[in-house]
Amino acid sequence: MKHFDVIVIGGGHAGAEAAAAAARMGAATALLTMSRASIGVMSCNPAIGGLGKGHLVREIDAMDGVMARAADEAGIQFRLLNRRKGPAVQGPRTQADRKLYRLAIQGFMAGQENLTIIEGEAVDLQMQGKRVVGVDMADGICLRGKAVILTSGTFLNGIIHIGDISKSGGRMDDAPSIRLADRLASLDLGRGRLKTGTPPRLDGKTIDWSVLTMQPGDENPVVFSFLNTAPKARQISCGITQTNEKTHSIVRDNLEKSAMYGGHIEGVGPRYCPSIEDKVVRFAEKNEHQVFLEPEGLDDDTIYPNGISTSLPEAVQEDYVHSMLGLERAKILQPGYAIEYDFFDPRGLSAALEVKAVPGLFFAGQINGTTGYEEAAAQGLVAGINASLLAQGREFHFFSRSESYIGVMVDDLITRGVTEPYRMFTSRAEFRLTLRADNADQRLTPAAITLGCVSESRRKAFTRKGEHIARGRSALEAKTFTPNAIRALGIKISQDGVRRSAFGLLSFPDAPLEVIAAQCPEFSVLGADIKHQIWCDALYAQYTQRQLDDVDALKRDEGHAIPIEFEYHDLPGLSSELKSKLIKARPENLAQAGKMEGMTPAALTLILARLKRETKKKVV
Amino acid sequence: MDTIYALASARGKAGVSIVRISGVGAWDALRSLTLSVPKPRAAALRTLTWRDEILDQALVLVFEKGASYTGEESVELHLHGSLATVKAVMAALGSQKGLRLAGAGEFTRRALENGCLDLAQVEGLADLIEAETESQRKQALKVLSGAIGRRAETWRRDLIRAAALLAASIDFADEDVPLDVTREACDLLSNLLTDLQSQAQGSRAAERIRDGFEVAIIGAPNVGKSTLLNALAGREAAITSDLAGTTRDVIEVRMDINGMAVTFLDTAGLRETIDPIESIGIERAVARSNAADLRLFLRCGGVDEVTFVKAQAGDITVWTKCDLQRAQGLQISAKTGAGMAELSGQIAALLKERTANASQLIRERHRLAVEQAINYVKSALSELQYGLGRTEIATEELRCAVAALDILVGRIDVEQILDEIFASFCIGK
Repeated sequence: MKHFDVIVIGGGHAGAEAAAAAARMGAATALLTMSRASIGVMSCNPAIGGLGKGHLVREIDAMDGVMARAADEAGIQFRLLNRRKGPAVQGPRTQADRKLYRLAIQGFMAGQENLTIIEGEAVDLQMQGKRVVGVDMADGICLRGKAVILTSGTFLNGIIHIGDISKSGGRMDDAPSIRLADRLASLDLGRGRLKTGTPPRLDGKTIDWSVLTMQPGDENPVVFSFLNTAPKARQISCGITQTNEKTHSIVRDNLEKSAMYGGHIEGVGPRYCPSIEDKVVRFAEKNEHQVFLEPEGLDDDTIYPNGISTSLPEAVQEDYVHSMLGLERAKILQPGYAIEYDFFDPRGLSAALEVKAVPGLFFAGQINGTTGYEEAAAQGLVAGINASLLAQGREFHFFSRSESYIGVMVDDLITRGVTEPYRMFTSRAEFRLTLRADNADQRLTPAAITLGCVSESRRKAFTRKGEHIARGRSALEAKTFTPNAIRALGIKISQDGVRRSAFGLLSFPDAPLEVIAAQCPEFSVLGADIKHQIWCDALYAQYTQRQLDDVDALKRDEGHAIPIEFEYHDLPGLSSELKSKLIKARPENLAQAGKMEGMTPAALTLILARLKRETKKKVV
Repeated sequence: MDTIYALASARGKAGVSIVRISGVGAWDALRSLTLSVPKPRAAALRTLTWRDEILDQALVLVFEKGASYTGEESVELHLHGSLATVKAVMAALGSQKGLRLAGAGEFTRRALENGCLDLAQVEGLADLIEAETESQRKQALKVLSGAIGRRAETWRRDLIRAAALLAASIDFADEDVPLDVTREACDLLSNLLTDLQSQAQGSRAAERIRDGFEVAIIGAPNVGKSTLLNALAGREAAITSDLAGTTRDVIEVRMDINGMAVTFLDTAGLRETIDPIESIGIERAVARSNAADLRLFLRCGGVDEVTFVKAQAGDITVWTKCDLQRAQGLQISAKTGAGMAELSGQIAALLKERTANASQLIRERHRLAVEQAINYVKSALSELQYGLGRTEIATEELRCAVAALDILVGRIDVEQILDEIFASFCIGK
């Protein structure tokens, strides 16, 4: 028997991030995976980041996680999405070389102190009463741990569909974790079934690239990690082709052979990632859809045709692929498939991602109903940090909606549950103007430093950056202009006699950064990234101010923690319906309680009053 | 924390009505209404004024932080218990920055936060809050089931659509979303804005109930305007003579018509003139008449119709001096009193109708919601003019508009916006 503080089951994006975070926090951590070589594998599209997702990656980096740095190692086509829009909604994204990414993650794991990688299959959880105390492996070895993080991805009761052929399995060629699934079933947690799909993979040597439009990366690539300034790998372009009437009629004519349309699939798929079948049926009026031909690596000829995921039989996949420009002779290396898998209702989790009914057990990633590497990794980070805090007997660390996309995601998951695979969008964040990719470190790194999950070199870099930002900002605030002086700079403004600071001026739509910088030498000498960050802060300053009341109210409510043993049944004045809802959901704080359906201000007041009395008692 | 206010005593007609203000800006709010803040916890009489208009003479009590019901700096205004007075004071508070109407149970909630109440006290109050919540819910339902409810339904649809268009252009920029969705969003928002503004103006009728209606008497010189005014007033309020142009300035007489406060305006006879004083009088007559709630166009045989003032819907044409000559339509003789009862009956009926519209329309809370939303929608539209670079700021303004209106249109959250996006656009690579 081996003893650890934290045991992480699964080496995907959630598992790797969880293990790295726990180990960074000083917990003796084991990462249990079926195969060491599969740690950090990108099982779906070869890309990291995007809108909302790019924000998550930056936040992971702000907590010193591994995803951003691995993406910078592996990125082969960096593009900042929404470049023409405001900085709050710009999202970094890159195509990633699968092999480089996997190797980068494996490198971080290998070099991580306190982290042991163990190959093998987890078959059971060791329980002590309700509490999880370890993991049994298929080879008979037992691992003891104060906390266990399960990141089993699509492995739980996974079924793969290609046309009317279906077989049990996680990813293609991986053995499913059916024994563990049975164990989890006995824990009686709410569960549901989801579906996701992949496109056929193509052989790049058989594609006629000469007839295709090529999309290069950005001229000035924006990378993920706050510690990096430029991509490491050679940059390449992606090809773009389109489906056409012929493609659509092939799909239409074979619809009943599709696993999804043939009624073989019960799981719910994501609406934002429709299969080619879905596109043809639901958007029948469109006569073409874009398909991005994404290379999977620099020295790999495999092409990921993004936009045509499917569960049609292999022969039909051949036909529709060949109907597209440039793909007439394309060879399919691996057919597309749909996969169904189980997830557990995330409303059974606390904000630490600990299963409420099973202390010591944490869930992260697709098991919670999310989709996407970034969403998985972000949950891994939350679970890893909290599992190690639990192991060390420290208090949990929660991410608030008002401070991070990570907080938005966790809160959405645990208070609203999921009806389709959950993906991050910037629209989900009500404080979007302040939760930006550019300031993720300003928002999160201070707490990360306090927690102790940040390396010394990052801490130093962050402190230095903070000093520069403070200096630049106060220089801008100290420099003021009369309306006449402002007009002389070419900025339209009303003659109201009010002096404005250089910082305030930056929020005007027609006040370019260079013009203002030229007026303020102390500011203009700062690095471009520092100036950019200050500009972003200035641009949204008035909205930040406006949202402060909302943020305060939210934080106040989040600050009223409701203990798990809180007695609702004898609380006078609560309707019995509400009581039973509260007992079932066990909200962790007043903010969560407030979001429950049917909750009234009166009920909240009653709960708050009881909480106040309890704390008073404790103090006395 | 922001500063909140609300009517603390029961709604409806009462001897005294108490408006409570709590929060860091409570004393400042009082300062904006009266010259001096009285000593804490000592009742004092103060005249409350807002924008040069006296609202009421009220008994004012202020409490320091730590020594009030909520534990915050707070103010109580003991007003004369008329609906109109309370409404005027609430409106004055509502138009101040940093002040907002309290939500259900918010005072109690703050008291609790600040440790000023215990559970036993809260249990009693919880019932009260529950009732308040329930009555707000009923109020919202009542609004939503009426004509304004159908409007609100359209608002909701347009808000979701506009938010979805903008959200799609942001969150799915790398997808097959039409590049320029801002035009449709702008159209939707402009229409919404027009509609919201007309609703806000409709609440003017409600104001009239408080301030009284204005009815202008207009017509050519010597058609008998002043005579009519005197007859209505029952006294010689205006000088009458056979000389055209006797009335130069606007003469106002306030009276009670069927329980409504009505101010009649006697105006200078409308004609082309070279007399500078008379022409000033005519300018005033035209301005006041246009702004009045109702116009009585006086005519008598042989005198031409006046063209200086345009008739608006619901205005009344009255034929005067019917003792001297006969004509079609509503006829009166101020001298004999013929037709006078009929005239005031008609005026009363018309004004009553407007009152009815007003009461159905938008309570204070709803009016504030609409006015806030107007500002946000305006800002959203102006941000959209700057092009793509500020779309995210426009969506922030729109988010606030949606939040402001949620009392009228119901809550709209990101799921409904995503539903609209996925239904309209083929998202997904």
